[in-house]
Amino acid sequence: MIHEVTWIGAAVKALIALLLVSAVAGFGTYIERKVLAWMQRRPGPAHVGPFGLLQLAADGIKLFTKEDFIPQFSNRLIFSIAPVITAGTAFIALAAVPLFPDFTFPSWIPLLGGVFVPSIASDVNIGILFILAAMAAGLYGPLLAGMSQQNKWGIIGAARTAVQFLSYEVVTGLSLLAPIMLVSSLSLVDFNNYQAGGIGSWMLWQQPLAFILFLIAGFAETNRTPFDLLEHEAEIVSGFVTEYSGLRWGLFFVGEYANMITIGVLASVVFCGGYSDLWLIPGWLMMGLKVSFFFFLMLWVRASWPHIRPDQLMWLSWKVLMPLAVVNVVITGIVMMAMA
Amino acid sequence: MITIAFYFFAVLITLLFLVTVMSKNVLYAMTSLAAGMVLISGLFFILGADFLGVVQLIVYVGAVMALYSFAMMFFDVNKDVKEKNGSAATVFLLGGAIALMLVLVFSAPMIGQGAASLYPQVAGATNPQAVGLVLFTKYLVPFEVAAVMLLVAMIAGIILAGKKMDLSLSTTEEEILDETQGGDK
Repeated sequence: MIHEVTWIGAAVKALIALLLVSAVAGFGTYIERKVLAWMQRRPGPAHVGPFGLLQLAADGIKLFTKEDFIPQFSNRLIFSIAPVITAGTAFIALAAVPLFPDFTFPSWIPLLGGVFVPSIASDVNIGILFILAAMAAGLYGPLLAGMSQQNKWGIIGAARTAVQFLSYEVVTGLSLLAPIMLVSSLSLVDFNNYQAGGIGSWMLWQQPLAFILFLIAGFAETNRTPFDLLEHEAEIVSGFVTEYSGLRWGLFFVGEYANMITIGVLASVVFCGGYSDLWLIPGWLMMGLKVSFFFFLMLWVRASWPHIRPDQLMWLSWKVLMPLAVVNVVITGIVMMAMA
Repeated sequence: MITIAFYFFAVLITLLFLVTVMSKNVLYAMTSLAAGMVLISGLFFILGADFLGVVQLIVYVGAVMALYSFAMMFFDVNKDVKEKNGSAATVFLLGGAIALMLVLVFSAPMIGQGAASLYPQVAGATNPQAVGLVLFTKYLVPFEVAAVMLLVAMIAGIILAGKKMDLSLSTTEEEILDETQGGDK
């Protein structure tokens, strides 16, 4: 049965995605601190509320009430726009991301009864490219922030943004090219349906190299350690966020966490079976579990690895990862020709 | 609805590119250029050419990012650039003539009713498929020539930038670096 997607359904989906991801992004900071503390054998946030859970509220109040500070000699307009770009593009990318399977509101609910909510707010048939493009545009946030604030740490952060962007972007595209060739579609729904046959048909087994390359590039895309170059505290104070405080700083943070979730969703939909049911586990729970795993993986790596230098990132991307990705694409093409 | 969307994007794009040309601040010029390039993809989306729209996004986001890194190297981004304007009349005349010519060239088919697509879209082909079909049949030679040109540019770039590439600036001792680079003493 094919449901018609009404504008109410799309709006409800967009609202759910916005609220869900914002909430998870906020909660993610708590999880991150707890997981890091657990791996480093210290208690982490433990004093505010049970298990330090209310630390979240305390941080929120602090962010909201902090003075919004704009440096005197900075470019005020660009300085104010930059954080909005990061947060905005992160959520624009989410418009084409399937967060959970589609459902219909039961008819007893007033106003919304019978409304069909699609799995993707806007199912453009080039979904995966759209997400990559929106996330790439998100890097203008750190770049403009660093350049507008008239601070040498900021400008180093901005320069590192450009270096990072020019390094990983090729790897992300090329690593996803091989799975796209196999599915021969750019729609994430097709990716999901291609792997509908259970764990054995996951893309992961056909494209292990592409999966690893995509994960590495994804870490660089979301500025996670080992590629945490833009705001590395030990080297460049705080990089592009040096002069930011209060809610503007919070917007950068929300954008970064939303991007982490998007990368997690992309990795699970493209390589790990997406939101199909598995045995008794319903699809939305599978999706949640997989995205949580990738989120945890990012924290795990952050706790275990030191970060690398910008020139090492460029070396890694252009001399190791890109050739590997190209070889992977060529081999996939040859195998596909032989099979056809 | 489509008309409203078109004029919305058209006005915004024109304004942003005007800022790019008029502004004396590098940061404003670059940012409005990037924003204009992103908004142009909106026009593609209106026309239903999703694939081209996203390609526009991906290509120009990267290209303008590279321009930013040059701006960062050559200018103090928070100060106005002093422009050297030799003769305002010549600039105005040349610019105006080129603009007029472009308008004439692009509006000529509308007046002459000569606007027909030479290679009609294949029925049932999705966006990327349609682009691929035309690119690998009708336009194969220009496509391959463009590929060769890009390869030449890439090799030239590597040769230009590749001097002493085996020497890592961050791991070599400073004295050795001074000797090999001819250092400033």
